[in-house]
Parts: sequence; C-alpha cells; structure tokens
Amino acid sequence: MPEPMLQITGLNSYYGDFQALYNLNMHVDAGEVLAIIGANGAGKTTLMRSITGLLPNGPGEVTYKGDAIGALRADQIAFKGIALVPEGRQLFPSLSVEENLLIGGQTGRAGPWSLDKVFELFPILKERRSAPSTALSGGQQQMVAIGRALMSNPDLLLMDEISLGLAPVIIKTIYDALPEIVGDGMSAVIVEQDISKALSVTSRLYCLQEGRVTLEGQSKAVSRDDISRAYFGVE
Amino acid sequence: MDWLNAIVQGMLLGGLYALFAAGLSLIFGVMRLVNIAHGDFIVLAAFLGLATTTALGVHPFVAALFVIPAMAVIGYALQRGVLNQTLGDDLLPPLLVTFGLSVIIQNALLEVYSADPQKLNAGPLEVTSIPVGGLSVGLLPLLTFGVAVMVIGGLQWMFYHTALGRAFRAVSDNQDIAQLMGLNRRHIFGLAMALALAVTALAGILLGVRTSFDPASGGARLIFGFEAVIIGGLGNLWGTLAGGIILGVAQNIGAQINPGWQLLAGHIAFLVILAVRPTGLFPRMSG
Ligand SMILES: Nc1ncnc2c1ncn2[C@@H]1O[C@H](COP(=O)(O)OP(=O)(O)O)[C@@H](O)[C@H]1O
Ligand SMILES: [Mg+2]
Repeated sequence: MPEPMLQITGLNSYYGDFQALYNLNMHVDAGEVLAIIGANGAGKTTLMRSITGLLPNGPGEVTYKGDAIGALRADQIAFKGIALVPEGRQLFPSLSVEENLLIGGQTGRAGPWSLDKVFELFPILKERRSAPSTALSGGQQQMVAIGRALMSNPDLLLMDEISLGLAPVIIKTIYDALPEIVGDGMSAVIVEQDISKALSVTSRLYCLQEGRVTLEGQSKAVSRDDISRAYFGVE
Repeated sequence: MDWLNAIVQGMLLGGLYALFAAGLSLIFGVMRLVNIAHGDFIVLAAFLGLATTTALGVHPFVAALFVIPAMAVIGYALQRGVLNQTLGDDLLPPLLVTFGLSVIIQNALLEVYSADPQKLNAGPLEVTSIPVGGLSVGLLPLLTFGVAVMVIGGLQWMFYHTALGRAFRAVSDNQDIAQLMGLNRRHIFGLAMALALAVTALAGILLGVRTSFDPASGGARLIFGFEAVIIGGLGNLWGTLAGGIILGVAQNIGAQINPGWQLLAGHIAFLVILAVRPTGLFPRMSG
C-alpha cells in the first residue's frame, strides 16, 4: 500500500491552555478529495491551521510526502505545496484582485495554474482584476481566495468552508468549478458544514466533534444516522 | 521678498524632514512599530559618514555609498536579531526596546566621539546658490529636496509596483495569511527595516552636511520626522513629503517673525493640524 500524501498522527492542538484537538489520526491519499465535516467549534479550522503551520505542532504529528512537517513554519510548508483557502476568505485588502492572485504564486512552484488559467476558470475576475479586493461581492472574493491558493500550484489544496455566507447560486458556480480544479490529480480537503454538498464532491469523509474524529468512511457508504450521531453526539 | 524667501527655504528644508520621516513611516506601515531610536539612527548615519570621510578622505556623498549599505545591514540584523522578538499584540515591548536602543546608540557615540559638535564637509557645494527670480536658492537644500522627492517617489513605486512592495502590503494586512503565501514575515520585516535605515543613511548624510550634529541630536530629528508623518497622514508617503514641507515652512515663517520662534512655530502647526484633522491631511485610503 502506498504511503498517504498527508498523515496526521496523534495530533494535539492548543490555543494557550485550551486544547482544541485531541489525539487526532487521519490521512489524505494522493489524488483523493476528502471531506471534513463537523459542527461549529468542532475544530475543523484548527486542523487546517495545524496542517498549514499557522499553529505549531510536534514534528511527527503531521507528515507530508514522508517528511515530518509538524514543526515547520507556515511559509516553509507553503513551499512544499500545501495551500489553504482560509475560512472567511481573508483576502489582502490593500491588494488588488490581480495582486492577491499574484502573491498566491509567490512560491514560484511550477504547475498548470497561472494568472491566465485562473481567469479562465473564473472569467469575472479578469474583468475586475484591477479592483481592490474589498470592492468585490462575497462570491467573487471567494473565487479570488480559491484562485490565490491555486496560484501556488499546490499538491494538496485545503478549503475551509468555501460556501459560508454565499448565495446558493454562487455556491453552485464555485462547486461546479471543483472538478476542473482537482482534475489534474491534486489532492483536496473540503471542510464544510453543508453535509450533502460535501458528500457529493468527495470520496471519503471524516467527521469531527469537540476536537476528536467521531466518524470515518466512504462518502457514498455512510448513512444519515451515522452522520448525525457523529455530528451531534446524539445516540 | 523676505517672506517669500522664508517660504521657499522652508519648503526645501521640508525635503530633509520628509527624509527623516520616510523610514519611520515605512516601518510603522509594515509592522506597526514605532521606532523611538529613529532619530539616533539618523545621527549614527551622520557619524558613519564622518568616519568614512575621515578614513578615506572622500566627499560625504561618496561616503554615502558606504553608509547606505552599512545602515541597511545594521537594519536587517537588528530586526532579525532583536526587534522581531518584540513584535506582537502588545505595542509596549517594541517601544521600550527601541527606547533602550536610543540610549545605547547615544552613549556609544558619546564614548567614541565625545559631545563635541561635528560636521560633514561638502566643500564649495555648501555655499553655492542659484538665483531664482530674485531669490537666491542654495544648491545643497535644492539637492536635498530633489533627493527627498526621488526617495519618496521611489518608495511609492516600490510599494505599489514590485513584488517586494506587494509583500510589504500583504504582511501589513494580515501576517498569518501572508505566511501561507510563502512569505516569512521575519525576513520581510528585516527587509523593511533595512530599507528604512538605508533611507535614514541618506537623511543622516544630508543632515550632517547641512548642520552640525552631536550624539544628542537624534531626539529633535525623531520629533520632526514624527510630526511630518502625522501631519501627512499615516501610511501615505506623498503625504509625508507634504507634512515635511508644512513643518519646514511653518518653522521658517516662525523664525522670520522672531528667530526664537522657529521650533515653536513648527510644533504649533503640528498641533493645529492634529486638532483639526486627527488622521492627518492625507490619510491612506482604506482598501
Ligand atoms: N484563536 C483562538 N483562541 C482560543 N480558542 C479558539 C481560537 N480559535 C478557535 N478556538 C476554539 O477552538 C475550538 C475549535 O474551533 P475551530 O477550529 O474554529 O472550529 P470549527 O472550524 O470547526 O468551527 C472552539 O472551541 C473554539 O472556540
Ligand atoms: Mg471553522
């Protein structure tokens, strides 16, 4: 069996004295699209911050392509090919749309994604390339956030609640673009509160509850009951 | 004619103040650090200029070619070695540490050079003046002003048209997300301080050519720079130039009324503008 692209082993994450993740174990295979679901406060964003290096961890708690990256800084991990679309988009307000995308390509990693390719994926961004990022609608901002992450040509793309606060028609546009994004064999992790959305585009899922994995399974195989138990902890 | 002369000389002096202010503004803009030792770095640069001119027997402007990179290296090392450790949510540690630096620089200079006033000798350039429509404008102030405009213009261009400027703005906006882009904020902050002290080097040389300086001269330069930044509006480099000019003109008009009023007039202009427009004349447009 080939070793997974990302392996998380006994991950504990803290905010000061507060422990947000407890002895988490999970993995992402190469080329896989994975869902992570869980209620508000379950620890999904914390997990994203731990993987990307924004929260420091023990070196061996996160391994990526065989390297222990748990203790690396976020900028070092970015160069290794992990990109995050952060919750709430978090564009740089002082940068134009185009500059937000260009800075995503700062690592200079080679691959299929370029400014032109992102503009092809989301044509509206080309029209608004010179606008300040703050002048865009929420949906357009989410497109910039996704494009910014793609610009680094990641091997592993993490997306934290990309449908949060967006109108259904916009969510559809963004999710319709997903196959094109992961089509090149990129691995992806999709964090969602919208469970049916998450299940429809992924092959496997983990459910988090209060900082622990409460369910792991094939997206098609898990039952609604399993999910609601894992999600809410009701028996 | 005296009044016109005072205003023109004040404008040119404002160029020097803008150079004092540019580094201060850059550092605050990128990393929200108020460098209390900024004035002492200006004076340190002037002394480095003095050391170079005496050691090599070169013109101060040639010495600048050594002092600028030297100050840039000092800036980078200081940021990576000391100042980065003080940055965080609390604004107090960097204030205290740069205050400490100020004391250290002053005492070190005092130890080496004593409290005697020093001067950089730029030769005939210092007394050359050009007649402009009945006024006689000194070549040196004119040159200083030209340098200030070029430095401010260059910084502005760097900020908005280069990858480094983009990185500065991104780190200033959101350090975490900037790290996700592969930017090591400690390195970026180091580069910002290097650039700020490179500009400070120019300011120090031009100061030393214009007036005498001693190890205790830094405080007033910090105040002038600070006032220029605030008058112009935080984070706006052209505003900083305007702030420097307003300060210079106010000082010279004050001196025209009564020689003792020079500094007072500058401070009054600063306070009036602060009272009327607390965010400065040209605050940075948000977004
Ligand atoms: N910066 C922080 N400081 C302290 N506690 C935090 C911080 N961010 C999140 N938490 C806590 O960590 C837990 C997990 O939060 P989070 O990872 O944001 O959950 P999710 O993304 O699943 O909604 C929550 O209890 C939350 O209150
Ligand atoms: Mg979250």
